[in-house]
Amino acid sequence: MNELAPISREQRVENLKGLGCSRKRVEDVRFTQGRGNYVDDLKLPGMLYGDFVRSPYAHARVKSVDKSAALAVPGVVAVLTAEDLAPLNLHWMPTLAGDKQMVLADGKVLFQGQEVAFVVANDRYVAADAAELVVIDYEELPVVVDPFKALEPGAPVLREDLDGQTTGAHGDRRHHNHIFLWEAGDKAATDEVISSAEVVAEEMVYYHRTHPCPLETCGCVASMDAVNGKLTVHGTFQAPHVVRTVASLLSGIEEHKIRVVSPDIGGGFGNKVGVYPGYVCAIVASIVTGKPVKWIEDRMENLTATAFARDYWMKGRIAATKDGRITALSCHVTADHGAFDACADPTKFPAGFFSIMTGSYDIPVAHVGVDGVYTNKAPGGVAYRCSFRVTEAAYFIERMIEVLAIELGMDAAELRRINFIRKEQFPYQSALGWEYDSGDYHTAWDKALTAIDYQGLRREQADRVEAFRRGETRKLLGIGLTHFTEIVGAGPVKNCDILGMGMFDSCEIRIHPTGSAVARLGTISQGQGHATTFAQILASEIGLPADSITVEEGDTDTAPYGLGTYGSRSTPVAGAATAMAGRKIRAKAQMIAAYLLEVHDGDLEWDVDRFVVKGAPERFKTMKDIAYASYNQAIPGVEPGLEAVSYYDPPNMTYPFGAYICVMEVDVDTGVCDVRQFYALDDCGTRINPMVIEGQVHGGLTEALAIAMGQEIAYDEIGNVKTATLMDFFLPTAWETPHYTTDFTETPSPHHPIGAKGVGESPNVGGVPAFSNAVHDAFRAFGLRQSHMPHDHWRVWKIAHDLGLHG
Amino acid sequence: MSKMHLKLTVNGEAHELLAEPRELLIHVIRERLNLTGPHIGCETSHCGACTVDMNGRSVKSCTVFAAQANGAEITTIEGIGAPGALHPLQEAFREHHGLQCGFCTPGMITRAYRFLQENPSPSEAEVRMGMAGNLCRCTGYQNIVKAILSAAAEMNTVKEAAE
Ligand code: FES
Ligand code: FES
Repeated sequence: MNELAPISREQRVENLKGLGCSRKRVEDVRFTQGRGNYVDDLKLPGMLYGDFVRSPYAHARVKSVDKSAALAVPGVVAVLTAEDLAPLNLHWMPTLAGDKQMVLADGKVLFQGQEVAFVVANDRYVAADAAELVVIDYEELPVVVDPFKALEPGAPVLREDLDGQTTGAHGDRRHHNHIFLWEAGDKAATDEVISSAEVVAEEMVYYHRTHPCPLETCGCVASMDAVNGKLTVHGTFQAPHVVRTVASLLSGIEEHKIRVVSPDIGGGFGNKVGVYPGYVCAIVASIVTGKPVKWIEDRMENLTATAFARDYWMKGRIAATKDGRITALSCHVTADHGAFDACADPTKFPAGFFSIMTGSYDIPVAHVGVDGVYTNKAPGGVAYRCSFRVTEAAYFIERMIEVLAIELGMDAAELRRINFIRKEQFPYQSALGWEYDSGDYHTAWDKALTAIDYQGLRREQADRVEAFRRGETRKLLGIGLTHFTEIVGAGPVKNCDILGMGMFDSCEIRIHPTGSAVARLGTISQGQGHATTFAQILASEIGLPADSITVEEGDTDTAPYGLGTYGSRSTPVAGAATAMAGRKIRAKAQMIAAYLLEVHDGDLEWDVDRFVVKGAPERFKTMKDIAYASYNQAIPGVEPGLEAVSYYDPPNMTYPFGAYICVMEVDVDTGVCDVRQFYALDDCGTRINPMVIEGQVHGGLTEALAIAMGQEIAYDEIGNVKTATLMDFFLPTAWETPHYTTDFTETPSPHHPIGAKGVGESPNVGGVPAFSNAVHDAFRAFGLRQSHMPHDHWRVWKIAHDLGLHG
Repeated sequence: MSKMHLKLTVNGEAHELLAEPRELLIHVIRERLNLTGPHIGCETSHCGACTVDMNGRSVKSCTVFAAQANGAEITTIEGIGAPGALHPLQEAFREHHGLQCGFCTPGMITRAYRFLQENPSPSEAEVRMGMAGNLCRCTGYQNIVKAILSAAAEMNTVKEAAE
C-alpha cells in the first residue's frame, strides 16, 4: 500500500498539520453557522424549568416560607425549600475547599442573592411568575462586608453552624469569622532580614473582587430515567468527571448510573468549575418529578451568586540593598471568601499557589501568611482565567517591585533585570518551595524592551512631564512594565487533588482500520480549541493527519477520567497524556511494522508518518498501512487492534512566563486612559498552534484590561451588589479594546513530553499588572505610590485630584 | 395570560404561532422555532448574543416582544449562508480565528452582516464602533475586526467583478 508517487518529506510533515502549525479550527464550522450545541439549546420531551427565589438581604434570619400561592399557579409542579431537601441530607453540600455550603437557605441567609427556594414549572415564564409569589418572612441581621471588621471581637457571628468549632479543614480558626491561616516560607528569617535591611518598601496592595462572567451563564439539564435508574446531567461543567463523583457521593446513586455531559461551553474562565445549588436542585427536582429539569441562571444571578474571583488584601514588605538587590519578601493576605469557603483550589492549597509570589526574581528568603475570612458576600474565590491565586500573586510582586523602584529612585526595568533568576539557575528552588522548571528571563526582557524602544519611551515620558508642568498638555504618559512567572498544570498527584481525586489527566486513542482515529480526553474545551490542538499533538506523535483525528471530550460515559479544564492544565497535563498515549500507539506500531517488513524492531526508525528500515529508506510502512494490518493480520505475539490509553501524572508544574509592556495616555482631567501600545511576549514552551496561542493572548489581555480598568463586584455597606448587570459590570467592547502586538520566546519545559507549558491564562496574569502599572507610572513623577484597582475614570480622576494636578 | 396570533417570516419561511404578548422574541426564535443559533447572554440588551436581523435592522431579540415582531421579516444566523455555501463572513471568521467558545459568534456575524450593508468599506475604527453592541469575552476582538475587514474586501471584490 505504499504510495506510488512519493511526496517529499516536507510535504508529508505539512500534511499532518501537527505541532507548530497554525491549523484552522475544526470547531468553527459549526459555530459560525449557529450549529453549536450549548446547554440551553437542549430540549428534552416533558422538560420542566427551575427558577430560584433569592434573598434580597445579605444577612437575615428566614422565619418562614409560604409557598402556597406559588403552588397554586397553573403549571407549577413543585417548590423546594431546605425543609424538602433535609430528609435527603441535601440542604447543605460540601464545597471544594473543605467547607460546606447551603443548597437552599437553612434558617438564615448569608449573602444577597442566596438561594432560598427552587420553583419548578412547565414553562420558564410560569416558573418566574411563581417565584415572585413565594412569601418569605425575613428578620434582618447586622451585615459585615469588610473582612477586617469581620475579624473584630464583637463582629456578628455569620456561620452559626460552625459555632464552637475552633478547627476547620485547614487548621485552627482563631475567631468565629475566621476560616484558616495558611503559611509558607520562613517567617523568622524573613523578619530578621527585613528589620536590618538597607531599604524596605511597605505597601497594601488590594486586588478587588471581580467575576469571570463568561458570555454563557451557568446551567444544566438534569434527567432521571426512572425506568433504568440512570441520571444524566448536561451542564456547563469545566470538570465533568468531578461533577459525576460529587453527584454520586451526594445522591448515593452509583457512579456508573450517572452520566455527566459537558456540551459546547460558552466560555468558562473559572466560573464553571464549582458545583452550584442550581445543579443540586435540578437533579433533586428531576428525581422527584421523574421529568427532565432545566436550570439556567440569568446574568444577574450569575454575577451575584456564582463564583466571584480575587478579593485579596495583600500587605507586603520588600527589602533590598541600596543598589537594588532584593533580599527578602513578606506578605500577609486578608482573603475575603464570602459566606462559605467555596474556593476552587487543590485540597492542600487553601490559598492556591499564592506562594508563587516571589515571581521572576531570585529572592533568598520569603514568607507568606493568608487569613481566610467569612463575610456577607457570595461564595466563590475561583481562579478567573488563572491558575489558583496566581494572578493575585503576580499582581502583588509586580506592584511591590514598582514601589521598591520608587523607594530606591531606580528605573523599574533595571530593578527587574538585576533581580531576575538567571538562566543557569534553572531548575530553580524558590524560597517558598517551588521548583521552577525552565526559563530565560533576561532574553525575553531585553527582546521586549528593544521591541518597544524603552529608552525612547522614557525620554518621551520625561518630555511630557515637562510639557505638563509648563501647561502645554493635560495628558501624561504611563509605561506599564511586567515580567510574570506563572505556575500552571496542576498537578502532581502527590500534592494536588480535588476532593481526594489526584489531578492527573487522561487520553484514550483508538485508531480505525483505514487510518483515522478518535481520541478522548478527560478535559473539556470552553473555547480553547482542544478539538484542533490535541489532534495536532497526536498527529505529530502518530503520523496520521490531524484532519483524520476526532477529539472528543466532556461525556463521562465515553471519556476516560480526568480532572477537567482550568488553571491552564489541559496542555500541561492532558496534552502530555495525549503525547504519551500516542507513543504507546507508536510502540505497538513499530512491532507490527517490523513483522510486515520482516526485520527486527530495532532495525526501524520513525520518520514523520512511517517506520523506515534503517539504511533502506525505500522500505517502510506508513502508520496508515500499519493501522490496517493491525486489524487484518494475525501477528504472532501481538494483539489485534491499535488502541492506547494514558493517565498522566505530571512530575512537576510548568512555569510559563512573559514580558508585557503597556504604553498608556492618561487624561488628567477626565481620568480616561487610552492604551496607545501593548506589547506581549509570551514564553509558553513548545508552541502547538501559534494562531490559537495568539487568540488566547488577545482574549486574556482583554479580560485583564477589564479587571484593571473597571470591572468589579462592588457591595454597599449593607451587602447590596452594586454591579449586578452588564450595565454596571464592565466588559470592554471592540471600541474600548486596544490593538495588541504579540511576540514570543520558546523555552521548552524539560519534564513535559513535548515541552509545552500552557498559555491560556498568562495574559490575564501578566496583563493586569501591566495595565495597572501603566496608570501608576503615569503619576510616578508626581508622587503616586499605590492606588487600588479598578482604575476607572473616576478613580483615575481622583488620583490626579489628590495629587493636586487640577490646580 | 391570553395569547396573540403572530405571523413571522424567519429565514424566508413563514410561521404562524400563538404567543403571550410578553414573550420575548429570542424565546420564540429559540424555543418555538428551534433556531438555537442566537444565544442569550444577558437579557438586558448589553451583550448582543441574541442579535437577529429584523426588517433590515440589527435588533437584540431579548429586548423585543414577540408581539412587536408581528409581520416582521427576520434573519438569524441560520439564514446567513448554508453548509457548503458559507457567507464570506463565516469563512472569514474561521480563517482569521475570530471566535473561540463560539457563544457570541452567531450574534457577531449577524450584526456584521447588517453592518457591511450599512457600510460596505469600513475603516478599522468604524468596524470597532459598528460592532460595539456585541460583546465577546474570549477573543479580545482583534481577530473579529480583522475577519470583518477581510470579508468586506472579499465581498467588494466579488461585487466589482460582477459589475
Ligand atoms: S441576550 Fe440580548 S443583548 Fe444580551
Ligand atoms: S468567542 Fe466566546 S464570547 Fe466570543
